[in-house]
Amino acid sequence: MNEIIEARNLTKNYNDVVAVDGISFTVRTGEVFGFLGPNGAGKTTTMKMISCLSPRTGGSLTVFGMDPEEHPTVIKAKMGVVPQETNLDPDFSCAGNLTTYARYFDIPAAEAKARADTLLAFVQLEEKRDVLIDKLSGGMKRRLILARALINNPALLILDEPTIGLDPQARHLIWERLKLLQAQGNTIVLTTHYLDEAARLCDRLVIMDKGKILVLGTPADLVKQYVGSEIVEVEMTDEVLACLADLKISYEHAGDMVQIATESARDIVKALLDHCKPKRVITRQATLEDVFLKLTGRTLKE
Amino acid sequence: MKTLWSVPPVTRRAAKVWLRNLHVFVKTWKVNFFPPFVEAFLYLFAIGLGIGTYVGQIDGIPYVNFIAPAILAISIMNSAFFECTYGSYVRMYYQKSFDAIIATPLSIEDVIAGELLWGATRSVISVAAMLPVFAVFGVISFPMALFIIPLAFLGGLMFAGIAMCFTAITPGIDTLNYPAFLFITPMVLFSGTFFPLALLPLFFQYIVVAILPLTHIVAIARMFTLPALSPVLLLHLTWIVGVTIIFCVLSINLMRKRLIT
Ligand SMILES: Nc1ncnc2c1ncn2[C@@H]1O[C@H](COP(=O)(O)OP(=O)(O)O)[C@@H](O)[C@H]1O
Ligand SMILES: [Mg+2]
Repeated sequence: MNEIIEARNLTKNYNDVVAVDGISFTVRTGEVFGFLGPNGAGKTTTMKMISCLSPRTGGSLTVFGMDPEEHPTVIKAKMGVVPQETNLDPDFSCAGNLTTYARYFDIPAAEAKARADTLLAFVQLEEKRDVLIDKLSGGMKRRLILARALINNPALLILDEPTIGLDPQARHLIWERLKLLQAQGNTIVLTTHYLDEAARLCDRLVIMDKGKILVLGTPADLVKQYVGSEIVEVEMTDEVLACLADLKISYEHAGDMVQIATESARDIVKALLDHCKPKRVITRQATLEDVFLKLTGRTLKE
Repeated sequence: MKTLWSVPPVTRRAAKVWLRNLHVFVKTWKVNFFPPFVEAFLYLFAIGLGIGTYVGQIDGIPYVNFIAPAILAISIMNSAFFECTYGSYVRMYYQKSFDAIIATPLSIEDVIAGELLWGATRSVISVAAMLPVFAVFGVISFPMALFIIPLAFLGGLMFAGIAMCFTAITPGIDTLNYPAFLFITPMVLFSGTFFPLALLPLFFQYIVVAILPLTHIVAIARMFTLPALSPVLLLHLTWIVGVTIIFCVLSINLMRKRLIT
């Protein structure tokens, strides 16, 4: 089976609020599939429908070829979930959290203990084995929750903002672990509002906004298709604007800078320097953020 | 279509939630086991020996012996009720434990059923801690009094179900004070606990028997501890079983409605 998740016209309303507005996508076995979007886009709601935690309002959805509303027990047994909101059990230690969770999956006690030790090592929390949850930093909690999601050796991992609020080191550790899991053949679905995270981890991703999917593709293709490969930024002066108009170079405003998307930054910079007397010029690679800006006219972080 | 009265699809996995709570309880058993033990002493000394000295006997029964089953019944009620209001609310809202568990093969129905069974178990544990104290003071009659233990489970389940309904509809933890104050406190006083029901005006007697669940537990407990069995026991038992089923079913469905959106 190549498609592990298949959604057609998937819709979710909370009373009058349309949280997810008819989205369609498929997730293939073995890929890292990302949902990128600002707060309120409907990412968490989509993850909850996939992980059998929230019934859909309309459309169709299959996970492992089954309907989450008809076979939640079977689906959940094969899935690992990292929720957006940390919900570790404060009444237990790190190891206790893992072994207690293992019991919910019918994993025998001895096996659970062995897996807990392996997973604590995997997320580098061996020395916190017997420490209560209150004593962990935010990054440690996030790592432990990842370990907890792996306790049943899931074929499919659902991660809702796995690195939310973490410092760069903690984020890197989680990224590295996710890469390793993918290499072992896991399918990973994750949401994020960090563009670098999406670009770095995802084989394919969708950009969501207001419950709808705006685009779907590989990070590189999306950038190329919607922006071009490079961006030239030049300080905005009347002179520069007039000059760009003369040269028939299209541009966009970005604060006190003007942005020009292009396949060849060199040619643009040369033209600018030759004709426009620019004050300050920067060239850089185009990113997903440029795609998002172009599609919605807004920045992703608010 | 699931309604508030559908039979909830509870599976054996509910036992895993029960076991989780038991493990937490056992880890802190000293804190947990002591209160019912001490409570038994306090009641016996203060009410039994203090008031009992003046009251002497009720219907030919020494006052201490009269209130001993009531103290057990109150403990059955309090243990399950407070476990499934404040205890369950903390696990549901502050610890998000239910959210974590329903991401595993367990359903919300399993989780709530496990919580209800645990509430009933708390009642059994309390009674088990109190019985030896009463035995030492010789105010209850063995072996008949041992039937209080299964009664504690059934009565505990009833109060767990009632409590869980409040937990399912309460807007916050503070509003749980209302049922505690308006429902539990009057029951402690008026359910045939410290004075016979017959002292109430007839009209109130009917009301108390019809709507105050503790009345039925006190009545059965007293039959066991005196002992003074009578066929009325079956009526009380039927009332308890009926109410238990109604509230346990309702509480699970209300919780589903609250948590699965
Ligand atoms: N349980 C809920 N009840 C009502 N509205 C909700 C609920 N959960 C989410 N929403 C609304 O649905 C929309 C999408 O939210 P969410 O899926 O959490 O977005 P994201 O995860 O992308 O930030 C938001 O407008 C949010 O307010
Ligand atoms: Mg979210």
